[in-house]
Amino acid sequence: MKRTIPLFITAIGGFVLIAAVFSGYTQSWGEVAAIWFDVLAAIAYILGGGNLMKIHLKKISDRTEGWAYSVVTIIAFLATLIIGLGKIGVNPSEQFPDYAWSGSYREVGGPFWWIYEYAFKPLTATMFAMLAFYVASAAFRAFRAKNLEAVLLLGTAFIILLGRTYAGVWVTGWLPDWLSGLKLENVTVTIMKVFNTAGNRAIMIGIALGIASTSLRVLLGVDRSYLGGGEE
Amino acid sequence: MKRETLIWTMVLLFGALLFLANGVMRGAGRAYVKEVPMQFVNVAEPGEVEADWIRYNSELALDEALCTQRFEEIPPELRVSWTRLEKAERGEYLTHQATEGADNPYRVSVSRTIGVWVAALFTLFLFSFLYKDNPLYKIAEASVVGVSAAYWMVIGFWDVIVPNLFGKVAPGIVRVWAIPGLEDPPNYWYLVPLILGIMLLWRLVPKGSWIGRWPLAFVIGTTAGIRLIGFIQADFLSQIRNTVIPVVAVDQAGGFAFWDSLKNAIVIIGVLAGLVYFFFSIEHKGVVGKTARLGIWFLMVTFGAAFGYTVMGRIALFAIRLEFLFDDWLWLIDPTMKRVPDEVVTAAATLLTALGAG
Amino acid sequence: MYEFFKTLDRRWIFLMMFLAVAVPILIIGATGRTFPEEPTSLARAVFHAIEDLPEGSKVLLSYDYDPASEGELSPMATMFAYHCAAKRHRMYFMALWPVGPQMVDDTIENVLKKDFPELEYGKDYVNLGYKSGYEGVIKVIITDFTELYTTDTRGTPWGTIPMCQEVSSVQDMDLLVNVSAGYAGTKEWVQYAVTPYPKLTMVAGCTGVQAPLLYPYIPQQLQGLLGAIKGAAEYEALVTECYGARMARRDAEGNPMVDDDGMYVIRGKYTEGIRRMGPQLVAHLLMILLIIVGNVIYFVERRKEGRR
Repeated sequence: MKRTIPLFITAIGGFVLIAAVFSGYTQSWGEVAAIWFDVLAAIAYILGGGNLMKIHLKKISDRTEGWAYSVVTIIAFLATLIIGLGKIGVNPSEQFPDYAWSGSYREVGGPFWWIYEYAFKPLTATMFAMLAFYVASAAFRAFRAKNLEAVLLLGTAFIILLGRTYAGVWVTGWLPDWLSGLKLENVTVTIMKVFNTAGNRAIMIGIALGIASTSLRVLLGVDRSYLGGGEE
Repeated sequence: MKRETLIWTMVLLFGALLFLANGVMRGAGRAYVKEVPMQFVNVAEPGEVEADWIRYNSELALDEALCTQRFEEIPPELRVSWTRLEKAERGEYLTHQATEGADNPYRVSVSRTIGVWVAALFTLFLFSFLYKDNPLYKIAEASVVGVSAAYWMVIGFWDVIVPNLFGKVAPGIVRVWAIPGLEDPPNYWYLVPLILGIMLLWRLVPKGSWIGRWPLAFVIGTTAGIRLIGFIQADFLSQIRNTVIPVVAVDQAGGFAFWDSLKNAIVIIGVLAGLVYFFFSIEHKGVVGKTARLGIWFLMVTFGAAFGYTVMGRIALFAIRLEFLFDDWLWLIDPTMKRVPDEVVTAAATLLTALGAG
Repeated sequence: MYEFFKTLDRRWIFLMMFLAVAVPILIIGATGRTFPEEPTSLARAVFHAIEDLPEGSKVLLSYDYDPASEGELSPMATMFAYHCAAKRHRMYFMALWPVGPQMVDDTIENVLKKDFPELEYGKDYVNLGYKSGYEGVIKVIITDFTELYTTDTRGTPWGTIPMCQEVSSVQDMDLLVNVSAGYAGTKEWVQYAVTPYPKLTMVAGCTGVQAPLLYPYIPQQLQGLLGAIKGAAEYEALVTECYGARMARRDAEGNPMVDDDGMYVIRGKYTEGIRRMGPQLVAHLLMILLIIVGNVIYFVERRKEGRR
């Protein structure tokens, strides 16, 4: 019972959306299902935040290694949450200035905006910026032209790396017009539009078939891994 | 203290002093704002239930008797005001300082200046991981986890849950509280996602984890249903159609277009060869094996292109962080001329034009 | 030399990458000199998709990215807004990413309010904001906006916004413009909007990681694509070539400034992408050098082992 009803819910939710494509009469059901899905996606953020609190509070109470950093996480989390949910320091909306809560929580100049501009933005942007270093280190340590396939990969990478900057123009700028197809910037375009398109199209078709089969397995109840283990 | 630690401590101290001196002596890292007074007056007729708010100094206010008074003389229950702080640049501040002096609406913002320094320090703390893992990096990492999770929660609450859930189930309450313009009548069908949402949050409770399976099943089912159709339509059928292209291409003049034909033929062969490679139900021997090998070559070119573009992407992300550090924090460069007053820009422009003409 | 490179600490490589990006940024920031950009066919397709639309067309701009991808995508976002504003298209901004509306706010502040003060919010542009659900949002708004968007991001009711009264769904748009950093983004717009409703036209700007994956959609499902910072730089070159007089810095008389080659001196905020191509070039050369050196070490080592 505890595992059967969810299987029915999965099947009904999925097949309603499939039927909505094939029948105009069921289109509105599909829209309703999609809207409920969108609302649940927002509630999933709350679940994520709650889970974070649970994990880090447990780390603090168990005094596991590095528990002090969990304190930092909790403080950052609660400060952002209280300031954001409470719309602290946010002025009312221009259309409804007599309603204190009518302003946008993201108002420029407010404390929540300050947290976005001077904490969230630099932290997340820098996290991703560090990948530039790792890609350089990985290129030096791992990329080896061991066989023909590796040579093809590296050769293409070199052409793209040169062709998508001014270096490509400078290296083959001396070629006459009738050989313009061999200029690096044009070779790059040809590689992307012809070879890359062909390869990615084959991958895309393969993935589409994989997604279709996985989705059908889930909808028909063959794949039940999402229900998790456990006795309940 | 070990020698290496001593050297690094001295280097970091020297760097910190240098940055502080740059900030104190040159004013680097300062942020500016423009103060914009927001003054509203309720010009509704006495006895009217709904208020009619207009901006005090707007065109609409010219016709209102109430707005002929000084703002401070209007009865308090009929006026609301606050000061909006808009983002501004040093150049704007300097330009207006020369002409308006004490009445300059532009000023230095202490909170935003502190913010620039906090952002720069967070950036440096994270970059310090490249040398070695250290507590400063761990503090920054812990901060990003906490701030991100809460940020998404707040967005989900105010952008979706309040207008699209509470606003549907209890629009009257939401109207007087947060969204005065809400006009929809109640729609009690939204009790279903509300109940499913509460069941989803039950996963946080130690007992009764089976309750969380219902909304999860709904999410999985709808995702599977959406994706099945989307991928079949766009990534399967459309891609097959996109591959049906002429191998004997004709140009606009009606002649044989050799290069277009060759490109199309390569695309078709590449797609088919790649698909043969992914077909693992047949052993890759003989003709099938050779075709699969050709498919791998196409895929290797694809991966090489992907690597090249990935490198390009990562470097641009690093470049913008350095631009922030060098421009907004250290004031070493000013490519957008935002810290220069208008008269210096125009004087430089006049000089450059004169030199060019000479 | 061989032993030095064989046992090279990766932190030296990090330092090389830092210098390869930092030094060009400082030089370009100080001198203002950049490399010329020759736009490719895909960038031209994006440009013409917006340029050839009649004035006043309805354009949906979905900014599906966050600060982590701002380096690549903010130049595109800026130029899309500028181009649409210059053509007086009506801009409907929205986002599938939670932080997307912040990106929209930044674009409105930096571009529309500063350089197009004559445009009115609600009549010429509107920020609809973010809704959760990723492709689920597209599935709903492709047939009816108001099922999800009852107000704009400021809380103004949909029915009271003049430009929102003219549209009921995404199908009423003349063009879709998407700036995408991943999931949900251009791929989802192609799958759930453009493919089922082929009358829709779409152009996109995306990160370097995504760009190769989107080529199979071109040109039938995606008319044009700006891939990575290079695509942004090419699009900037096209827009500044067309609207340079308006985008140029002004001299004492208020006339647009021109350099020695007769080209307009464009204000710095509209040449972000072009400026970033300088550090790109040096960093790419460093990457090629590192791969070559790594392979030389590998082959020397293999030969040594072969001799043993």
